[in-house]
Amino acid sequence: MILDSKIPAGPLAEKWTKHKFNSKLVNPANKRKYDVIVVGTGLAGASAAASLAELGYNVKAFCFQDSPRRAHSIAAQGGINAAKNYQNDGDSVFRLFYDTIKGGDYRAREANVYRLAEVSVSIIDQCVAQGVPFAREYGGLLANRSFGGAQVSRTFYARGQTGQQLLLGAYSALSRQVANGKVKLYPRTEMMDVVTIDGHARGIVTRNLITGAIETHAGHAVLLCTGGYGNVFFLSTNAMGSNVTAAWRAHKKGALFANPCFTQIHPTCIPVSGDHQSKLTLMSESLRNDGRVWVPKTVETSEKLRKKQIKPADIKDEDRDYFLERKYPSFGNLVPRDVASRNAKYVCDEGRGVNETGEAVFLDFRDAIARDSEDAIRARYGNLFDMYQQITGENPYKTPMMIYPAVHYTMGGLWVDYNLMTNIPGLYALGEANFSDHGANRLGASALMQGLADGYFVAPYTIGDYLAQTPPKKVDDSHPAFAESLANVKSAIEKLLKINGSKTVDHFHKRLGKIMWNECGMARTEEGLKKAKAEIKALKKEFWSDVKVLGTNEELNQSLEKANRVADFIELGELMIDDALNRNESCGGHFREEYQTPEGEALRDDENYAYVAAWKYLGENQEEELVKEPLEFENVKLTQRSYK
Amino acid sequence: MSWVTKTLSSTLGRKLIMALTGLFLILFLTGHVSGNLLLFKNDGGQAFNIYAKFMTTNPAVKLLSYLTYISVIGHVIYSILLSQLNKTARPVGYAETKSSKNSSSASRNMGVLGTIILVFLIIHMQSFWYQMHWGDLPIVSYDGEEYKDLFSIVSFAFQSELMVIGYVIAMGFLGFHLSHGFASAFQTLGLNHKKYSPAIEGLGKIYSILVPILFASMPVYIYFTSLS
Amino acid sequence: MKLTLKIWRQKNASDKGGFVTYPVDGISTDMSFLEMLDVLNEQLTEKGEDPVHFDHDCREGICGMCSLYINGNPHGPLQTTTCQLHMRSFSDGQTITIEPWRAKAFPVVKDLVVNRSAFDRIIQAGGYVSVNTGGVPDANEIPIPKRIADEAFDAATCIGCGACVAACKNASAMLFTSAKISQLALLPQGRVERKERAEKMVAQMDAEGFGACTNTGACAAECPKGISLTNIARMNREYFAAVVSSENV
Repeated sequence: MILDSKIPAGPLAEKWTKHKFNSKLVNPANKRKYDVIVVGTGLAGASAAASLAELGYNVKAFCFQDSPRRAHSIAAQGGINAAKNYQNDGDSVFRLFYDTIKGGDYRAREANVYRLAEVSVSIIDQCVAQGVPFAREYGGLLANRSFGGAQVSRTFYARGQTGQQLLLGAYSALSRQVANGKVKLYPRTEMMDVVTIDGHARGIVTRNLITGAIETHAGHAVLLCTGGYGNVFFLSTNAMGSNVTAAWRAHKKGALFANPCFTQIHPTCIPVSGDHQSKLTLMSESLRNDGRVWVPKTVETSEKLRKKQIKPADIKDEDRDYFLERKYPSFGNLVPRDVASRNAKYVCDEGRGVNETGEAVFLDFRDAIARDSEDAIRARYGNLFDMYQQITGENPYKTPMMIYPAVHYTMGGLWVDYNLMTNIPGLYALGEANFSDHGANRLGASALMQGLADGYFVAPYTIGDYLAQTPPKKVDDSHPAFAESLANVKSAIEKLLKINGSKTVDHFHKRLGKIMWNECGMARTEEGLKKAKAEIKALKKEFWSDVKVLGTNEELNQSLEKANRVADFIELGELMIDDALNRNESCGGHFREEYQTPEGEALRDDENYAYVAAWKYLGENQEEELVKEPLEFENVKLTQRSYK
Repeated sequence: MSWVTKTLSSTLGRKLIMALTGLFLILFLTGHVSGNLLLFKNDGGQAFNIYAKFMTTNPAVKLLSYLTYISVIGHVIYSILLSQLNKTARPVGYAETKSSKNSSSASRNMGVLGTIILVFLIIHMQSFWYQMHWGDLPIVSYDGEEYKDLFSIVSFAFQSELMVIGYVIAMGFLGFHLSHGFASAFQTLGLNHKKYSPAIEGLGKIYSILVPILFASMPVYIYFTSLS
Repeated sequence: MKLTLKIWRQKNASDKGGFVTYPVDGISTDMSFLEMLDVLNEQLTEKGEDPVHFDHDCREGICGMCSLYINGNPHGPLQTTTCQLHMRSFSDGQTITIEPWRAKAFPVVKDLVVNRSAFDRIIQAGGYVSVNTGGVPDANEIPIPKRIADEAFDAATCIGCGACVAACKNASAMLFTSAKISQLALLPQGRVERKERAEKMVAQMDAEGFGACTNTGACAAECPKGISLTNIARMNREYFAAVVSSENV
């Protein structure tokens, strides 16, 4: 199988413009004859659904939450990047492109990333026009802050709730189209399968989470905007409901899954406090602008801290190791996420962790408060500090925060071409659900940018091109493919409900998470991955023979919802392990201990692994087939990433 | 429905009526309490009786009095309409509520307070207002002009302890009703401003204490002066 | 910690429902309230009893999905979301009563889960600026005073959880509705449609069956995002000005 990324020819800066011109258009009067299905209503889904409806297509939008406004994009805190260069500090589209490619450790497509940087400026304009209240300077113009992995201030923000404000902006655009009758909303509805007719995606099968009704929906194109799969680790910063099911079911229908092992561990999360923990809470990376990361210089001092014999404030400056500033003098605390996370892990592995579990480092605002005043810090991060205090019971204005890395984002996802179309014609993946723009590591404030770029400014063009080549004949869900898919979904649910074993769904999810975190988390080894693979295989078997799912399908049944999702996570987990095993190099979020420089930095192997690893599903319990899409770099020189 | 009826039947429109009538009644109370201060004048009721005649005969005052009647009736009717609406908005209640944590008891019980005040108002009007208008009052004359001697009725009524206690308690309820109603009316009208709202709230607090105390002090004063 | 939970159980929308009491043990003070319920649900499932259904998603206080009425207050004793409430706010041996939001416009779906789609419909009635994707002016073309932008932001932080409705003795949705009207009335982008927006959103709010405001202030006191009553005053102004001056007869 050969993957065609459909990257337009020509110079990098002209590709998108030329491609837009070469794309076919649907006549305005014909647009109303096309039905588009959008699954997921986060930044990518809501913006795509709204934009397509504005163009005149009939859109059906689905989300599992009770309202589109609750999609997990809402939890993004720090900001959104855009190459506006409002600060006159040397930013440009090319620099944003370059930072993103480099930040992704050269495992992303140049053309996609350049387009992302190019449309980033329009996103800010669009959001401001919608009434998104970005932070402003006293003169009334937009404010910017700096973020990890960049040396310019290009991040637009709305206090620590940027994702919320952007999502509510997209949600308002979506709501407007619902009122116009161009979008029909299906909240509390989960996608269970993609339906293909003659190789083209022509609909989906859904489960109504309130009534349990399994239903079919037909359309000319299907957009999966269903987010990432970080919950495969059980503990992550994702929402409890975030899941891989839509993407995974599409994968099982033939869509390739690319770079699944590329997961991002975010350095600034609130540490785990015990076994009861259900999720991890992120503290925005923007905190690293003012907070300084440190641990004690010696293990002995850390031990005293852990036993609460001394307080952090008792430790003198000369006994503190500001390890990021020490190792990376030019980027300091603002090194990219993977670097910051890995270094936190190293110091904790040395026994210098600062909380009871030994898995935490300090993020200290003492100096920033002394420099700028407590009020200034409150204005910047007030809500984050409040959140920290609510969760931990400690006041971060008085005592340093404790943080530890946690799973946050998944760069991998469904393979898509330049048009964001998967290898199944008519099936698109947008936002975190696709693999396209972040390579092996995503820079801070780039997820919001990508979600909105895909939804507002890319998909509306590329889908038009596809639809223009599709006859505007109504897709009929009486086609046997729908009945077949419906029957499969029903029987899978029946199978789950019949097991009536002895262990809860969460029990399995937690075990899966432990395996993944230990062996496929911040650092990976061949030996560990092989062990994990065997464990997951066993876990899968046990799940399907011993899981306990109570109740029936025909009711609101949260255990059944979870069981459906965890079943897919287990299968995905195995593929992630395969992918991590295949990639005999370290890059970005994928760190194989066997491949590192003498200083402990990631050691890439550009000769053998400068490719996208896309995986093809071949059938139940069969090893997946690896399909490679080589990455070509014409505009940047591949170098060892250095933030020193 | 025309836009007027549509607006007045909306939740915001109904609130608007409550606020406007409430504010007018606050104005009325201000006038009423100031005039009645004449009861404290030690002149055997002369000033008070002259004032009472003026209040029942002057055409401008008459117009105001009609507005007051309308306000009272409007305030009552709309409060009933609103309470009904608000009741249907929560058909199943909570088993446990701790509303003291989030709001003042006066604000939550405006309906109850208002009902008590309405009962008081009926008794009060029957005792004095009705008497003044249609009752068989003794006549007094000052400087050759005849006046109804409302003062004698008032001073007789407040020789009863029951009446005095009732009035004092009723004024307590009025105080609570005003303590929420005063600032609340401004909020409903949309008059909420960083600069002025604290002043309005402060004024409301003072008003809701001062006016009921002044009112209550009248029967108390008369009761004790009649004893001596 | 050992606790007694008195939880509202209701099989579905048409079921009558009632309280069921459950003891739970081994609760740590570091647990969040929802993690405490997770513990209960694991125990119930193992015993073969239907777990308690409740809405939750992000568990970091921003999605607005969690919605429990705990011991007489929405989201419990603190001014926060249920998911950000931790068990250190309770004491050993305490009885905790957990109820769903109660409002005609928020019918119970199952147990503690309610349907809040009324909020979506209020936004659909006008909680947006009518701009299509593309063709908008540069973001810095209209300067907005920082104070105004901040005030709009404060209104825009509403998470749509419905605690205001749950707290209000009249089940009124004025704080929710006013937060959106306010945000868009403050910003120049929203001013173009301000009249129509105020009229339509208030009409939809009324049509959903929410109660009227009696200015008790309970909504703002319970709002996990601290949305202020000034928004309701602004909505009133916007609405009255709109009905008087608009041309909708």
